Amino acid sequence: MRLADTFRFARDAATGNPLRTALSVLAMSIGVAAVVVLTALGDGARRYVVDQFSSLGTNLVIVLPGRSGTGGFNPATAITSTPRDLTVDDAAAILRSPAVKRLAPLAVGLSEISYGGRLREATVAGTTAEFLEVRRMDLAQGRFLPREDWNRGSSVAVIGSKIREELFGPEPAIGQLVRLGDRRLRVVGVLKSTGQGLGMNTDELVIVPVALAQAIFNSNTLFRILVEAKSREAIPQAKDQTLEIIKSRHQGEEDVTVITQDAVLATFDKLLSALTLGVAGIAAISLAVAGILVMNVMLVAVTQRTGEIGLLKALGAPARTIRLAFLMEAAMLSTVGALVGYGLGQAGAFAIRQFFPVFPAYAPQWAVIAGLGTALATGLIFGVMPARRAARLDPVEALMRR
Amino acid sequence: MALIELSGIERVFHLGDSEVHALAALDLSIEAGEYVAVMGPSGSGKSTLLNLLGLLDRPNAGTYRLEGRDITTLSPDEQAKVRSERIGFVFQSFHLVPRLTAAENIALPMTLAGIPPRERAERVAQALRDYGLENRADHRPDQLSGGQRQRVAIARATIMRPAMILADEPTGNLDRATGDEVVRLLEELNGRGVTLVVVTHDQGLGARARRQIMMEDGHLKRDSGASGHRNAEAAGNPS
Ligand SMILES: Nc1ncnc2c1ncn2[C@@H]1O[C@H](COP(=O)(O)OP(=O)(O)O)[C@@H](O)[C@H]1O
Ligand SMILES: [Mg+2]
Repeated sequence: MRLADTFRFARDAATGNPLRTALSVLAMSIGVAAVVVLTALGDGARRYVVDQFSSLGTNLVIVLPGRSGTGGFNPATAITSTPRDLTVDDAAAILRSPAVKRLAPLAVGLSEISYGGRLREATVAGTTAEFLEVRRMDLAQGRFLPREDWNRGSSVAVIGSKIREELFGPEPAIGQLVRLGDRRLRVVGVLKSTGQGLGMNTDELVIVPVALAQAIFNSNTLFRILVEAKSREAIPQAKDQTLEIIKSRHQGEEDVTVITQDAVLATFDKLLSALTLGVAGIAAISLAVAGILVMNVMLVAVTQRTGEIGLLKALGAPARTIRLAFLMEAAMLSTVGALVGYGLGQAGAFAIRQFFPVFPAYAPQWAVIAGLGTALATGLIFGVMPARRAARLDPVEALMRR
Repeated sequence: MALIELSGIERVFHLGDSEVHALAALDLSIEAGEYVAVMGPSGSGKSTLLNLLGLLDRPNAGTYRLEGRDITTLSPDEQAKVRSERIGFVFQSFHLVPRLTAAENIALPMTLAGIPPRERAERVAQALRDYGLENRADHRPDQLSGGQRQRVAIARATIMRPAMILADEPTGNLDRATGDEVVRLLEELNGRGVTLVVVTHDQGLGARARRQIMMEDGHLKRDSGASGHRNAEAAGNPS
C-alpha cells in the first residue's frame, strides 16, 4: 500500500470512531499540557528569582555587620567582643581595593514624612550618589543625590513614586520642601516606579544623604555596604579584599559578613532548576499513562475491527501493510494529542502570565521538545503491540469473527 | 494442467477434547474456466473448502496446487500476494468496510496492492458503469440496498482481474429477484473465462452450474462433472 493511502486509511479509521479517538487524544493532550504548564511554572519561578536578584545590581558584593553568614546572633562573638559598627569610613576605605569599581553605603530606618498636612511613615535609606548606579535604578523626574563629601549631608531627598503620589497628588514635587523627622528637606528627584520586588520596595522609599540619615537616627552604623566589583571575574578578589580591609580597620577582627550575589543566585538557580526538572518528571509520568491509554484504545480498535483486518487479508494485504496502518493510526492519535496539548499548555502558561504579570511563566524549550518527543515516542511504542497483534491474526478466523 | 488440484486434503478443528474433521481425504481438480456449484447440508464442510481454495486457511494435511504451484508451503505474505492477484471473494454478508464509499470499497484491493491512484480511478469508474452503480459511487454501504452491496462486493472481487472467483452463499442474504441478478452477474464473469466456484444451498441455483459437487461430513459425496481420473475416483468413493 502506498504511504499516502495508508495515511488516508488510518485517518479515516481514526475519525470513523470519534469517541475512541477523542478519548486518546484527550489523554495525550492532558499529558503534554501538564508538561508545558508545570515546567512553565517551575522555570517561571526560577526566572523570577534570577530577575529579581539581577535587578538589585550586577557584580554585587554585599557587606553586612556581624559575624554570622545568615545574619543570626552569634554568642561566641557576643561574649568575646562587642560588635563593632560598620561605618561610612569603613565604606570609604573599601574603595582602595583595585577590584572595586564603586560602592554605596546604606543606612536604613523608619521615619515620618509630611508635606502640607499629609503625613505617612516611610522607610528612609541613607546613602550616596553612587547608589543609583550600583542598584541600577532609574529616575522619573529630577536628579539623584548630589556628589559630595559622604560625611556632609545636604538637606535633599529623592522619593519613591508612591510617596510622591500620596504626598503631592497631581502637584509638582520637585523643589518642594518636605518634613522628615525634625528636618526640612528639598525634594530633588522622584524614582521611577518598579512595582513589587524582592527586598526593598523602592516605590515607598525616601532616599537621603547617608550623613543626614545617621543624624536623624542618631546612629553611626550602616545597614549594608553595596560594593560593585569591576567585573564578574573580579568578584572573588573584591570579596577577599573587602574583608581584608575591614579586618585591618577592626583590629584584626572579622566582624562582618561578606556575601556575593552570585553565590546566592547560583544556589537559587540550582534549586529551582531541580524543582522544574522534578515537576517535568511528574508530568512525564502522565505522558506514559497517556501512552498506555493509547495502547488500550488501539487494542480495542484491533478487537473491534478484527473482521475488517480479516477482510484486508482476504483482499491480499500483507502483514506489513496492516501493521503500518495500525501503527500510523496510533501515531496520528498521539501526534494530534501532542499538538492539542501543546496548544492547551501554551494557552495555560499565557493565562498564568495574564493573571500574574510579574511571573515569567514560559515553558523552557527543552521541556517542550522533551514533552512532544515523549508523547510521540510513547504513542509509537505503545502502538506497536496492537499493530503486531492485528497483523498476526489468522485471515479466516479474523474474517469470521464479528 | 488444472487450475486447482487438491489431493489428500485434511482439515481438523479441535473443539475442546473432540475433533471435527471438517474436510477428510479430499481430492478435487478444477480446470480453468469451470463453473462449479458446491452443495450439501449445513456443516458439511463447504465453507471450509472454499476458505482453503482461497488461501484463507491451511489444510492439516494434503497438497494444494494452484496453477501448478504448491501453495501450502508459501509464507503468509506470499499467500497474500496470490490472493491479491489471482483470487476474488464474494461473501454472504458482503464484508464491505462501513466507513468507505462504494467506490472506495471497490478500489480497496488496488489500494492495498499499491496501484497508482489514476489507474485506480479509471478502473473503478469502469466497474461502476459495468455494475450499474454510477450514481451510488459516493454512498456508504449502509446507504445501499442488499443487491447494490453485493454488486459492490462483486465489483471489488473482480477489480484485480483474478483467475477465479470464490462465492460463499452470495445470495444467502438476498431476496429471490436480486439473488438471481447477482448470479447472472457471476455467470457473465464465468462466460468471460473466469473460474467460478459458488457455495449454495439453493438446488435451483446449483443446477445452473455446469458441474455440481455434493459435500457430506467433509467428504466429496458426488461430483457431477468429474473431469479427469482423480475426480472420477472421488465420485465413486462416497464413504
Ligand atoms: N473455526 C472452527 N472451529 C471449530 N470448528 C469449525 C470451525 N469452522 C468450521 N468448523 C466445523 O467444521 C464443520 C464444517 O463447517 P463449514 O465448512 O462451515 O460447513 P458449511 O459451510 O458446509 O456449513 C462444521 O462442523 C463446523 O462446526
Ligand atoms: Mg458455510
